[in-house]
Amino acid sequence: MKDQTRHTQIRSTAESQEAYSSRNLWSGFLFGVGLVAFIDEAVFHQLLHWHHFYDKSTMDIGLVADGFFHAFSWFATVAGLFMYADLKRRHALWRRRWWGGVLLGVGVFQLYDGIIHHKVMRIHQIRYVENVLVYDLVWNILAVILIIIGAIVIRRSKPSREAEIK
Amino acid sequence: MNHGTHHSPADTGMTDLLLSLPFILLIVTYIAAAALSSRRYKSWPVYRTVLWTGGVLSAALAIVGPIAERAHTDFVAHMAGHLLLGMLGPLLMVLSAPMTLLLRTLPVTIARRVSRVLKSPPLRVLTDPVITTILNVGGLWVLYTTNLYAAMHENIFLYAFIHLHVFLAGYFFTASIIYIDPAPHRLSFVYRSVVLIIALAGHSILSKYIYAYPPAGVPASQAESGGMLMYYGGDAVDLVLIFVLCLHWYKAARPRELAPAS
Repeated sequence: MKDQTRHTQIRSTAESQEAYSSRNLWSGFLFGVGLVAFIDEAVFHQLLHWHHFYDKSTMDIGLVADGFFHAFSWFATVAGLFMYADLKRRHALWRRRWWGGVLLGVGVFQLYDGIIHHKVMRIHQIRYVENVLVYDLVWNILAVILIIIGAIVIRRSKPSREAEIK
Repeated sequence: MNHGTHHSPADTGMTDLLLSLPFILLIVTYIAAAALSSRRYKSWPVYRTVLWTGGVLSAALAIVGPIAERAHTDFVAHMAGHLLLGMLGPLLMVLSAPMTLLLRTLPVTIARRVSRVLKSPPLRVLTDPVITTILNVGGLWVLYTTNLYAAMHENIFLYAFIHLHVFLAGYFFTASIIYIDPAPHRLSFVYRSVVLIIALAGHSILSKYIYAYPPAGVPASQAESGGMLMYYGGDAVDLVLIFVLCLHWYKAARPRELAPAS
């Protein structure tokens, strides 16, 4: 890491991007996780009141998993944005890779929320209606689509595209 | 839960005054120290004095006044008090850098002795976030999942001890996560971040646990509102904690060629 910082000055933007390629990915991923958790809380808990704070069928392990997910996503939002600012000041921000990370983070955690939290641990359902299966399908298929798009975007920003820029 | 003791208004006024005294003393001492040391060194920032005053007042609200009064019978008020005494108060007080102020106000020989205490092994233990998390969040688990909560309202000494513990544990926890004052036993950002996430998770889990399983003697409706207040109130305070910790990382990770801002 120290080596990287020392030479940033004489580096081109493309070189900086490559040197910090994984930080770009992580920053996006963490922010994506935070973003999806925030949307979940703001839209589904507070605005629509579809999600419940606690559901009588919640398993105890569900309470624990939910607590950790909640804490991690809260931290991830802030940490992801500070990493973004760090990349910017180093002229190492690689937008495509960063956005790929965001999509991947959003998708992975939506899928985790949709399968593990809602179905396995029964923390709460998406909505308390009879045909909840439809909601589950839309929720999880959307998550998979986001993961696929994220993966494609990340693949297309492989460090080897260096030649393209020069 | 009622004590069955009814104070006359004059009595209550006297008790309130007595209970307010330590808080008033804390504010006065800080302001005096700020004024005194500003004559010798550069002027102590006003915003720090504001933070300290806000922090002490937050903590005081949990002990004296309407919230404290209602907390005896109302779990939601109790939880509001807990957030003020154990989270918001300590956060604001830590941000006001009281130890820095103390060290620059005291005569050098005494200040040296104080800083030797800060460097001592017991303080190493007491400023390790793992230990402070156990004292802080672990203490709350004991309070709300055993009959300690009910017992606390029957015994004045237990009541005082638990409130003092909630405050001190909150203060040491905050100080072990963000380094505002001199911290001789420094730990890495990653370590402190991981512990902070675990502590925040423990707090969230406990608040939902309270929602689901009310502590003995607490009506379900109060436990539900109280649990939600604990959950979202804790989030709000912890957001500041996370922000400050990340900000310190951002400053520490500054690339060398970016000259420090003058």
